[in-house]
Amino acid sequence: MVPSAARTPSRPPQRPASRATGIGRVLVFVYGILALAATGRSVFQIGTKFGEAPVAYALSALAAVVYIVATIALVAPGARWYRVAVVTIAFELVGVLVVGVLSIFDPVLFPDDTVWSFFGRGYLFIPLIIPVLGLLWLRRTSPHRAGAEATGPRPDDTASGRG
Amino acid sequence: MIETFSTVQIAVAAIAGLLCLSLGLGGKTPNDLTLGVTLLVEVLLLAQVVVSIVAPFVGNIATGSVLEFWVYLVTAALLPPLAGLWALLERNRWSTVILGVTCISVAIMVFRMNEIWFVQQA
Repeated sequence: MVPSAARTPSRPPQRPASRATGIGRVLVFVYGILALAATGRSVFQIGTKFGEAPVAYALSALAAVVYIVATIALVAPGARWYRVAVVTIAFELVGVLVVGVLSIFDPVLFPDDTVWSFFGRGYLFIPLIIPVLGLLWLRRTSPHRAGAEATGPRPDDTASGRG
Repeated sequence: MIETFSTVQIAVAAIAGLLCLSLGLGGKTPNDLTLGVTLLVEVLLLAQVVVSIVAPFVGNIATGSVLEFWVYLVTAALLPPLAGLWALLERNRWSTVILGVTCISVAIMVFRMNEIWFVQQA
């Protein structure tokens, strides 16, 4: 979660490794906050009133876990973590879209809010915006050996703080 | 919770957040001003911790879930130190943006805490 993100910069300066530098750190930080918020909320919901809205609360917990993994994957270096980041962030985008639509058309299924209800309304729509920014940013910073991907991000862009 | 105090706290955190965000996006690295307002936000949160511990003993009882309230308060109080520490470790403009994001988050969380204390029915 957030502490692991905060520790990253104190590592020896192997710049190309971590994606948590420059504007990416803002992304990581926002993800950390979302992970904290979603985790705190879902622990509270499941611990005190799971029976009231099992679908919504189970979903909150799932969202929380995905946010935690995404935060870690954004900080952790290497191609494998890069893929984990892409998968978890894409999952979030799908999650917020599907749950957003469902919560509007089938409110019975979600009697209580989750992070993703109404496209993340309870969280200033950040859950809707951040995966898009995340995916865009991941495309820019994609590991250089795969750098020939369609839009071809320039390798020298990777470590700099350009946003 | 004391409504006047939390209102002031929300206002301070929101202003601090907007200030840090605009300075950060304008290219400023963390400085005394931005770190100072973040520190102020943290001090107010710690004051809120004290207020919230004392309040129930003087008859000021939360109408909503006390547990939920404290989850918010503790989480909120952790954010500014983390953001500040990170700002000191890597000093560039994005650190200032992070300070701003933190203060805005705190404003939202205190607003939510306010609702739990005064509006929500347990």
